[in-house]
Amino acid sequence: MEIHALQQIVHQTRDARRKQTIPKFSPADRDRLIHQYHPDYRSSAYRPIRFGPNAGDKTVVELAALLEGDSSIQEHIDLTPQYTTDVLVVGGGGAGCAAALHAHATGAKVILATKLRLGDSNSVMAQGGMQISVAPEDSPVTHFLDTLKGGHMQNDHELLKVMVEEGPSIAKWLIELGVLFDRQADGNLHVKKGGGSSKPRLLTCSDYTGLEIMRVLKDEVLNQKIQLLEFCAAVELLSDENGQCTGAIFKDLDNHRHVVVAAKSVILATGGIGRLHIQGFPTSNHYGATGDGLCLSYRMGAKLDHIDTFQYHPSGAVYPEQLIGALVTEGIRSEGGHLVNAKGERFVNELDTRDVVSSSIIRECEEGRGIRTMSGRVGVWLDTPLLDAEHGPGTVEKHFPAMMMQFERFGIDISKDPVLIYPTLHYQNGGVKIDANSETNVKNLFVAGEASGGLHGRNRLMGNSLLDLMVFGKRSGLTAASRAGSASQGKLTVNHLQRFRADAKKHGNSSGVISPMILPAYTRREAERTVTN
Amino acid sequence: MAQEDTNVIDQPEVVRHKMVTIEISGKKYEVPEGITVIKALWHTGQEVVRGAGCLGGFCGACATYYRTKDDPKVRTCLACQMAVEDGMSFTIMPPFPARKALYDIRSLKDPKQDLFNLYPEAPLCRNCNACTEACPQKIDVREGVWKAVFGDFKSVSEMFMDCVMCGMCTPVCIADIAPNLVALYVSRAQGAHFTEKPQGLDTRIKEIQDGRFNDEWKKVLAMSEQELADHCATVK
Ligand SMILES: Cc1cc2nc3c(=O)[nH]c(=O)nc-3n(C[C@H](O)[C@H](O)[C@H](O)COP(=O)(O)OP(=O)(O)OC[C@H]3O[C@@H](n4cnc5c(N)ncnc54)[C@H](O)[C@@H]3O)c2cc1C
Ligand code: SF4
Ligand code: SF4
Ligand code: FES
Repeated sequence: MEIHALQQIVHQTRDARRKQTIPKFSPADRDRLIHQYHPDYRSSAYRPIRFGPNAGDKTVVELAALLEGDSSIQEHIDLTPQYTTDVLVVGGGGAGCAAALHAHATGAKVILATKLRLGDSNSVMAQGGMQISVAPEDSPVTHFLDTLKGGHMQNDHELLKVMVEEGPSIAKWLIELGVLFDRQADGNLHVKKGGGSSKPRLLTCSDYTGLEIMRVLKDEVLNQKIQLLEFCAAVELLSDENGQCTGAIFKDLDNHRHVVVAAKSVILATGGIGRLHIQGFPTSNHYGATGDGLCLSYRMGAKLDHIDTFQYHPSGAVYPEQLIGALVTEGIRSEGGHLVNAKGERFVNELDTRDVVSSSIIRECEEGRGIRTMSGRVGVWLDTPLLDAEHGPGTVEKHFPAMMMQFERFGIDISKDPVLIYPTLHYQNGGVKIDANSETNVKNLFVAGEASGGLHGRNRLMGNSLLDLMVFGKRSGLTAASRAGSASQGKLTVNHLQRFRADAKKHGNSSGVISPMILPAYTRREAERTVTN
Repeated sequence: MAQEDTNVIDQPEVVRHKMVTIEISGKKYEVPEGITVIKALWHTGQEVVRGAGCLGGFCGACATYYRTKDDPKVRTCLACQMAVEDGMSFTIMPPFPARKALYDIRSLKDPKQDLFNLYPEAPLCRNCNACTEACPQKIDVREGVWKAVFGDFKSVSEMFMDCVMCGMCTPVCIADIAPNLVALYVSRAQGAHFTEKPQGLDTRIKEIQDGRFNDEWKKVLAMSEQELADHCATVK
């Protein structure tokens, strides 16, 4: 059937659904649902990592292959540095920009190298907002508890306490730099309620929160004249004789030459893994989200945490084809949008945590209550017109201009028609294990932002990532910069590769792939006949 | 509507698209109808490094000029957000060397006046409207430049909230203005200097500094795993 005919049921059942309240699942039901339907529990998608710091731990096969992958760097490579710096930041998203700005502000010399252009990242796409406990009825402790609950009690308490307590001062810093957060009539920050949170706590800049923050931070990086190396992808780290981190080797993507940077400390802010398309899922992530930081740190001996759990955002677009995997912001559900199956029924409390909502959508589809598009994809409805019905005409347009425009380009008016959604691979819950200063177990190697792990436990709460970036970007930047004065530049070697390769050999060699991946292989080769997503 | 198969994740695509002919930087190729302009580049075997970023319509890396069949008008789009159609021709826009002024936003004394020192070309707008026509985000860019010049920073900051900094408004400007950079300065100045300070935020920062939550922290951090889980369950 044609998509318009299928969606009539959403319009027909709207009024009846408005009267319903759907209770949240009991803890036992919620666990059962997740175990049965969440992709994290598909055992066939997982295997143990054969060697390295996390030997024996299970992760998805796509990531295991990259972690066990070999470096493109040979041991005899010329390591004469082209650049020398105190702090080397790798990655130009939110965490990287925050780290660079704070390190620079202390007077340290900073280089920021990034794979694409400055700011081309997941950070620019964050629409839903940033959690900071600013409302009088809220508190950092409540923020802590909500996050723990969302993370299945697995969050690192120390990291989490640091994040929630530093939140308010981060908001102040951003406002001083000119970030335009939405306000109440009295001038105070406007807060929205996000999924899994007990109090309204989301700061927003309409539905452009990440873009607005990134426009400002990028501009500030340029204004501060921080040295940039764009289109430079880190392909290997450097270590001294004690295994401490001393710099990195990049591949310049314009001329394919190697660039060696000597640094007293390195901050990896390379973001997530969406473009690995784990378990065949489409993704909401940017072009460069290929888990590079995980591979680079792992070869240096850094331990990873919670790398068996990923976040599948409940609402990825399923229709139109061009938007597959693109995020439909959670804000729609925060403002009361219903999830509706093919029978016109609601089936989950829309504001439950992401893993619960995603699992229930997968359940609906697997049990035959999904809606199938012409191209064979399956999803459920998100009732967007309901927002205009509830809060008055023009609500969708006013609160979600970015999303309106995205669908309008393909002739869909989401204030009139519901959108079809299915979970999309969205976020890496775990990552490289860090301490409260964002440092790994490898000295002078810091990891900040989505690439790091521990803080979010087994499921990140919406809006906590943007805060994570700012807090741990800052902490890594300040700590790295504070070492610059006393430390001298260590030797540049790739000795860790010898160790890694010996280890690989003992365990039946590397996986045969070269990592990091840098960019996904979307370019169609001669022999292939199909289009990739 | 019922499903036959249990695994809905790895569905093969059922419908094979019709092929259309398009022109990329002057060369003809056949691609499936309706795929995005970026996917068309991949489909025709091109490596895309410059020209793709977020793939979600937010970063402006994929600024593209295109023309549809028999239409003389060259338009602009974001390549990751535009579907190809038969007879379309397009080319990705190379980076444009616009001048960005450098400033320290926090220490500006008179931001509205400083605009004219930082971007002296801004008042020279000749009202040609080319920037507005070039904007893929449908911002009234020309109007924004005027509002900036007349000191209505608030309106500019609202109008340019949609700006993805693709820079397509700059090469077309006959007065050598970079409207997006002017608007960025204006928006930051609006946020940093002309927006009310949120009182509640300062109160919260002070509460944290003064240790108002210390007792609660002590209680929570001393809990056993089970106690903590039970306590979390009571938070509503
Ligand atoms: C569509 C979308 C919506 C979201 N909405 C929200 C939200 O509302 N609230 C929230 O809190 N979170 C949200 N998130 C999550 C959040 O945006 C991300 O987790 C966060 O932006 C990650 O920031 P980062 O700085 O760690 O990584 P990124 O912002 O992804 O930046 C990583 C950077 O590293 C670069 N890089 C990668 N590999 C290399 C390499 N080898 N060498 C050099 N550079 C490299 C990349 O090019 C990029 O510039 C959203 C995410 C997505 C995708
Ligand atoms: S104002 Fe200029 S830079 Fe911003 S989106 Fe429009 S064309 Fe692009
Ligand atoms: S293109 Fe330049 S001159 Fe023309 S309206 Fe825009 S800013 Fe003014
Ligand atoms: S790739 Fe970011 S807007 Fe198209």
